[in-house]
Amino acid sequence: MENLSTIVDWSRMQFALTAIYHWLFVPLTLGLSVIMAIMESIYVKNRDEKWLKITKFWMYLFAINFAIGAATGIILEFEFGTNWSNYSWFVGDIFGAPLAIEGIVAFFLEATFGAVMIFGWGKVSPKFHLVATWLTAIGASVSALWILVANAWMQYPAGMEFDPVQMRNVMVDFKALFSPVAINKFLHAVFSGWALAGVFVVGVSCFLLLRKRNRDFAVSSIKVGSWVGLAGLLLTMWTGDGSAVQVAKVQPMKLAAMEGLYHGSSGQGLAVWGIVNPDKQWNNDEPEYLSEISLPHGLSILATHTWDGFVPGITDIINGVSVNAQGDTINTVSYQERIVRGQQAHKALEQYRKAYAAGDKATAETALAALRADYPYFGYAYFNSVDEAIPPVGLTFTMFRVMVFCGSYFILFFIVALLLVYRKNWIDKSKWFYWVAMLSVPLMWLCSQAGWAVAEVGRQPWTVQDLLPTVAGISANQLDSVIITFWIFAVVFALLLVAEVSIMVRFVEKKSKTDILAAGSK
Amino acid sequence: MTLEYFQNYWWLLISVLGGILVFMLFVQGGQSMIYSLGRKEDQRNLLISTMGSKWELTFTTLVVFGGAMFASFPLFYSTSFGGAYWLWILILFSFVLQAVSYEYRSKSGNIYGTRTYDAFLFFNGLFGCVLLGVAVSMFFFGGHFEVNRNQLLDTASPVISQWCPTHGFEAIFNARNLVLGVAVFFLARTQACLYLLNKLTGSSELVNRLKKKTLVNGGIFVVFFVLFLVLLCTATGYTVTSTDGMTTSVTETPYRYFHNFVGDHWWIGVTLLIGVVIVLFGLYKGCFTNGYQSAVWFTGIGTFLAVAALFWVAGYGDVAFLPSISHPYSSLTIRNASSSLFTLKTMSYVSICIPFVLAYIAYVWRKMETK
Repeated sequence: MENLSTIVDWSRMQFALTAIYHWLFVPLTLGLSVIMAIMESIYVKNRDEKWLKITKFWMYLFAINFAIGAATGIILEFEFGTNWSNYSWFVGDIFGAPLAIEGIVAFFLEATFGAVMIFGWGKVSPKFHLVATWLTAIGASVSALWILVANAWMQYPAGMEFDPVQMRNVMVDFKALFSPVAINKFLHAVFSGWALAGVFVVGVSCFLLLRKRNRDFAVSSIKVGSWVGLAGLLLTMWTGDGSAVQVAKVQPMKLAAMEGLYHGSSGQGLAVWGIVNPDKQWNNDEPEYLSEISLPHGLSILATHTWDGFVPGITDIINGVSVNAQGDTINTVSYQERIVRGQQAHKALEQYRKAYAAGDKATAETALAALRADYPYFGYAYFNSVDEAIPPVGLTFTMFRVMVFCGSYFILFFIVALLLVYRKNWIDKSKWFYWVAMLSVPLMWLCSQAGWAVAEVGRQPWTVQDLLPTVAGISANQLDSVIITFWIFAVVFALLLVAEVSIMVRFVEKKSKTDILAAGSK
Repeated sequence: MTLEYFQNYWWLLISVLGGILVFMLFVQGGQSMIYSLGRKEDQRNLLISTMGSKWELTFTTLVVFGGAMFASFPLFYSTSFGGAYWLWILILFSFVLQAVSYEYRSKSGNIYGTRTYDAFLFFNGLFGCVLLGVAVSMFFFGGHFEVNRNQLLDTASPVISQWCPTHGFEAIFNARNLVLGVAVFFLARTQACLYLLNKLTGSSELVNRLKKKTLVNGGIFVVFFVLFLVLLCTATGYTVTSTDGMTTSVTETPYRYFHNFVGDHWWIGVTLLIGVVIVLFGLYKGCFTNGYQSAVWFTGIGTFLAVAALFWVAGYGDVAFLPSISHPYSSLTIRNASSSLFTLKTMSYVSICIPFVLAYIAYVWRKMETK
């Protein structure tokens, strides 16, 4: 294969491009579907035409977003095969199942009832339409459940064993897919979608307020959007806290990268703000940060929920100091030793296969026992040095702070929004907030993308934690092919995104010049 | 129940999904006639709105087909998708363009204009059908690849499935594959005409044009499909035996698929025959019976049966469903490419949902179309 590492880099870039692009639309689908369902429920309960018009307005924007979200989802599914074929075989026995279930159980539900929701006005009864809207929202979340179960499994593989004849992992416990890591990840992602959609609704509504029309429409929308957004954000923070504790236990290297922490301690402080030193390596004496403001004991509280809990740094982990699943500090296997044991696992597997082919059962059994003992480090054999097992620290550190700062800001944002719309006339006197809300819309997307960057960049270099690094998971493509398809997708994605935003902007602009709730208005 | 039982069961489900997918390609067939059938703007809009209400079902079926293939036959997923890279990427690309086009084409502010999105729909209509036909044809005529599981232990080059350097272009420009690709394309167009005849009332000019197009497209489809069947039945295929999911012998067998149709698996040949007869009957009714609007149901059911039979003949009976031309022992069969017993069994419980899914889809669309 030509230049393996370059193909890996381009394959990663292509997958990252598609995932980032897909996640521009998915959280809005997840959150806006819930907001629309609540609005439509109010309409069906009170038979108030106002709420019907409000629902239809947001549904129009939802439909624009939904189509492109679905379109990009299929690329991700197929890219596991086209760009990560070794991965698809190595863990396809486990990973394929949630993807298939997502299609059978959730995506059909979402697509079928989504079509009723969008095209079914006047064709089905209001109650049936409402059921369709709720089922679309539920379908979107169930769809996310299976995808995030699959994603979480890559980061915390469980419920499988290695089959040395087939040279792959096979599932032995389906329930293990629903680990606490998976459930937490699912809830975290879905609730963040509620928050994002809430900001979107408030931002667009404030644009209408700025145009000095449709006050009633905007205020009503802000109320629903803000409550859903605030609830989503608080739940996102709660699940985020759970994530931090889980990451500390199952992916301590990721947590260390999130903190730019090389030498951990008990009662470890949290870098509230900082600039990571680019010259810092795990084995040199450079300072970790060029500049830093630290919150004493902050990281121990975040990661262990205790005042003096030990949090290991990158150097500690490489040297074999870590925490176990119960949160206890332990001396574990150093990364240098992991590489050696990974190589031993490879050697044992080779011996097993030779003995199996020759019908030498005794040798095969001995080799299999050796393989089982070292298999937890199987993926480390692909590294030449421990440096290759460290995730990009600077990017992970920065994205984590972007996510946390933005998330904290949006708590305040929603509280202010609710205060303004529930206090008589306050919203009319707060033109500054209109601008704040509109400018906050792209910030929310940045926050959401930053969250995924932390999750995915922080777990590098692994496609499957400890078992298969990206370098061993790819397809045997030609470099030129991947580069060309990367740029094709980049250009097409950019053009379609411009079109999507343009259609939304034009629609809102047009509506802002009419009385949306006026009699006869559609 | 044994692993073999579940392998057969999942290949059956894949066949069912394949049959539904090819039937649903009538949406793409309609898109490919966007310029010839919808000569005026209002006719084009009518065509698009009639097809547009079904696009997501075709799309979803494709997604589920991919997911089911991944879950049940992961070695196919990794070998074919990673190997025939350009074939699958182009299929994907065409479907991405389709998904946005229905929603964006008539919207104010869509920037590139309605005609651009119509061109995207045409692109998907043409290439989506032909390339999916090519992909299915590879089930019989194979590809140039090698699967070597030991490669995983080569840390410098660990990929187990290696494809020839053209990575799918050789499959696209293979004449035998293109025969089925063209057949699928004209079948989709024929089904689209019959579907529109079923949905549209009035406008005798358009109805007459649809009937003519049904005849022309149906005729071309029959010619190419017969040619494909001749190529298939005269082709030399592999007879593969396996033990514990590993290939033990591969033998080149002349008229392999013909024997599969008429030998132990005669029921596949019978199913194919019934499917073809029903399609021909639907075509005859659609073209030559005035006022008859239900022909699409006949061609649809016939298509489903014929496609399912083609999948069965590719998978059942010690045959390779992805033959390797350059390295026969690497050929994929439902025995050596499948998931484990545990996974197939677990997924089988989930598959119980499929009839319910089909039922609610049918119920919902009936409800939508009664008004």
